[in-house]
This record gives sequence, C-alpha cells and structure tokens, in this order.
Amino acid sequence: MNMQARFHIRQGGFNLHADLKIPARGVTALFGPSGCGKSSLLRAIAGLDRHTDGYFKFGAEIWQDQQQFLPPHKRPLGFVFQEASLFPHLNVRRNLEYGVKRTPTSARFISLEKAVSLLGIQNLMERSPGTLSGGEKQRVAIARALAVSPRLLLMDEPLAALDQARKQEILPYLETLHDELQIPILYVSHTLEEIARLADHLILFGTEGVIDSGPIEEMLTRLDLPLAHSADAATIFNAKVVGFDQTYHLTHLQFDGGELTVPGMSLQLHQPVRVRIAARDISLTLQRQSSTSIQNIFAASVAEMMAEGDSQVTVRLNVGGVPALARVTQKSAAELELAPGCSVFAQVKSAVLLG
Amino acid sequence: MNDADLTALGITLQLAAITTLTLLVIGTPLAWWLARSKWRFKFVVEALVAMPLVLPPTVLGFYLLMALGPNGPIGGWMQAMGGQPLAFTFTGLVLGSVIYSLPFVVQPLQDAFSAVGRQPLEVASTLRASPLDRFFSVAVPLAAPGFLTAIVLGFAHTIGEFGVVLMIGGNIPGKTQVVSIAIYDHVEGMEYANAHWLSAGLLVMSFCLLVLVYGLNRKFRVVKL
Repeated sequence: MNMQARFHIRQGGFNLHADLKIPARGVTALFGPSGCGKSSLLRAIAGLDRHTDGYFKFGAEIWQDQQQFLPPHKRPLGFVFQEASLFPHLNVRRNLEYGVKRTPTSARFISLEKAVSLLGIQNLMERSPGTLSGGEKQRVAIARALAVSPRLLLMDEPLAALDQARKQEILPYLETLHDELQIPILYVSHTLEEIARLADHLILFGTEGVIDSGPIEEMLTRLDLPLAHSADAATIFNAKVVGFDQTYHLTHLQFDGGELTVPGMSLQLHQPVRVRIAARDISLTLQRQSSTSIQNIFAASVAEMMAEGDSQVTVRLNVGGVPALARVTQKSAAELELAPGCSVFAQVKSAVLLG
Repeated sequence: MNDADLTALGITLQLAAITTLTLLVIGTPLAWWLARSKWRFKFVVEALVAMPLVLPPTVLGFYLLMALGPNGPIGGWMQAMGGQPLAFTFTGLVLGSVIYSLPFVVQPLQDAFSAVGRQPLEVASTLRASPLDRFFSVAVPLAAPGFLTAIVLGFAHTIGEFGVVLMIGGNIPGKTQVVSIAIYDHVEGMEYANAHWLSAGLLVMSFCLLVLVYGLNRKFRVVKL
C-alpha cells in the first residue's frame, strides 16, 4: 500500500513542489534544513492547511483532490505537534479521552490503556498539564494522538522543542511505536540522529524542495546526495542477534553482508537491531589482515568514489549487497590504487547499536 | 427606599440580565469572527462595535428614538405589520442597551478568543472534533475568564446607563424607569435621602462586580480591561 502526495505550496519564503509516493508502512522521515517546507507538507497532508490543486491519496482513499477535501477531523490520522499543546483545562486522562470519545467504536484498534502503556504515562493520568515536564508533556501528546487509533501518524519535529536529555528520554518510546504498531508514520525532522534511529524510508528536502526519496540505507550512502558527504556520514542496516561469546562477552549479529561482532551482551537472542557505522570508522585494505585488533573484517567491492575537499575521499562499498561508506585519505586511496570495481577488505573499527 | 424605587431597581436588574444574555448570544459569534477573520476591512466592524464607547449616549438614544418611534423606519414598519412601535417600551430599552453595551461584551470576548490562538483548535481537529464541537469543547472553556469579564461588564454597564434609557424609554415609572433615572428624579425633587440609598446601592454593587473581575483576572491573567 502507498500514499500519494502532490502539493504545490507557496508560503512565506518558499515555493515547494512535491510529488511523492510514500510507502504506507514503517517510518518515513521528511528530512531537510529548517524552513524548507517539510512541516508545511505535513500540515497539507493532515488537511490543516488547504492548498488548491493539492492531491493526497491514502491507499485507495482519496483525502483531497480537485473535487473533494476531507477536513482534518474526518481523516483517520493522528498528529503530534512540535509543542505538546495539551489542553490546559483538562487533566492528562481527559486530554487522552478527548479524542477517544470522538472516535467511533468500530474504528478503534488501539485502546486507551495500550496508548498509555506504550508511552509509560500510567503515573501521570490524574496530573494537570501545567505540572508536567517538557518530556512528559510530549509523551502524553503522543499517547493522545495514538489513542484515536490513527491509520496514519504524522509527527512534526516532536523532539525539536526538547533538550538533549529529554530527547533521549523519548526516543526509546518512539522506537517502541515503530516496532509494535503497524501504523505508518511520517516523521519531520532536521536531526540526522533521530532519522538514523527511527526511519526506514527517507524523503530528502533541500532548500529548493524535495531532492529525492528512497530506503534510508540507500539514501544515506548515495554519493550524489549530500548526506554521504557530511562529516558524520554513516551507514545504517538491520541485523539480528544470532549468538554470544560467553568467554569474551561479545554479541554476534547477522546482517546481509555477513556477521558482525560487537562488545557487550545486553541483547536477546534473535532480537532485531539497527546498526550504524560511521564512514570514518571503516578502513580499507587490499589483503585480509590477520594480526590486527579489529574483529570485524568484510570482503567488499568499491562501487563508487568521490573526493571530499583536497585530502579525503568517500568510498561507497558493496558489502554482500549492503551499501556502506568509508572515508579515507586521498593518499591512501592512491597507494591502494582504489577504483570502482576493486575488491577490498573493509575493517570496521566500531559500530553503534540503535536499539 | 419606597415602592417606586424598588420597582425601578427590579426593572434595572431585569434589563441588565436580559441585555447581558442577548449580548452573549449576539456578541459571542461576533467576537469569534473578529478574533479569527483575516478580512482586510475587519477594522471597520471593530470601529462600529466600539462606537458606543465614545458617542454621547444621548446621540445613540436620539437616533434609536427616531428609528423606533411610530414615524421612524423601524417603528413605522412595525406599526404597518400590526405591532407596536418600540419607543417607550421595555423591549425598546433592551434594544438600546444591547447596542450601548455591545463593546463591553464583544471586546473582552475577542481578546480572550485571540489569546486562545489557533493551535488548540488545530489539535482538537486532529482529535476528530468538528468545528462546532471544538468551539464549545476547547475555545469556550479556554476563553472562560473572558466570558466572565464580558458578563460582569455588560451587566454593570447596562445598570449604569442613563442617556439612552431616558431617550428611548421615556422614564415611565413601573415600565421603563430604571435606577439611574430614578436617582435623577429624586435629586430634581430634592429628595436626597432616597437619592443616597439608590446611589450608594449602585456604588457598592459596581465595586463588588469590578472586584470580582479584577480578582479573577489576577488568577487567570487572560483578559485586561
């Protein structure tokens, strides 16, 4: 199932043309610099702003076209705003019940209790919004949006108004939503870290509008897009826990490109996990090194290369079908005679598990 | 206080209550529209609403009398339709008071609705609330202090009016004579004791009402007078 969005948004300082096909599953990130129109696109999809000639189709249902326009309260969606915007005249419980009461019983598939437990707000139910911290407010706002049993969840920079500690408090809950609910989520953000942890699919915005869209693994590693050239460029892929090394306290992860060993044993067997490897944490050799401290070495081939400034080069690798980025110096690249098609060994110095 | 004074007091309170209720019914949608509309000539409507603040009440009363009397356009039409002209009737008083006290109800409501802003209503719309539903379930409760101010000011200001009721009501005891005019009559007739009773009563009542408004505003910090 897909969503189709076609909007021409003229507003303030920008003029955004978007013609997108968005998968109606998983988390799709609308990612780009502030003020590029991604929030406006989200509001248009929700029907909060009405743009003439707009078109939005959710699966087989047309929410907006030339003839018709469903107002927001008739769209089966949930919306999380940047500011939590809880109703100050209602306590937490009644904030949550506000939407539930207005959702027909036949359309409910997430109970109030489920929404409450997913966001861990059981102890806040009788509190007044004014007494909650910023992070608590946003968790209540997310639970409130879920409690209307949305078939599409729209989140407009839900963490942008929070400090780093509060963000870290909420991110695990968002990951839980992603894993436990079958609801497609459109997630607006300008922070790569959030995207790396949450998104399956990425719509990349530039100052001129939508640049391109695709699966996150591809979008992060495509050398024709800006993400692969940032200082913290990285590769993301999904893996699964396949075993442990009790002696050295290690975890073995299986991914399409092979087996990755990481320190620690905090995960469960068969647990899915998302792995991020920074481009600067991958080094390249022509022969497999045997006497090295690096545990993770993968056979790979060079797919593409692009110079970064005068001294570095970004290399896109193919590791058994998984795209990965390596950032090396131009001197090393010359000495190894790297070129597209070369067979190399990728040495992974460290990997980050993203829950 | 004699019987005539008590009757005048009763009429005054009745007039203030009916006027305030009428103003809430008319003023709420008007204030809502003024707070939300982006129409470029909205300021003309705002100026019209504020007119009674600056006009001498006698001017308003004079034109109302002209319009509502048997020879006026509205009064003549009502007579032609088989009704009574509104001049010198209680209904005429209500009409005059509604116009005269309009800004005292509309302005606090408009301020309160503006302070609510769009965000809570947008949130409500994403929680399945229809426009009318979100008006009553979100906008009205959030604007509650504004409603309180509007009710108290509309009521108190109607009690205090003189010029309009004199012109349009004609000071008929038991029918259109209100307290402010009764006081005037007492002073004219050198009955200072009666004038004192009524005046002090109005003074105390007005003070109490305003204490209520300012006290609650301090708590809510929403509407300024």
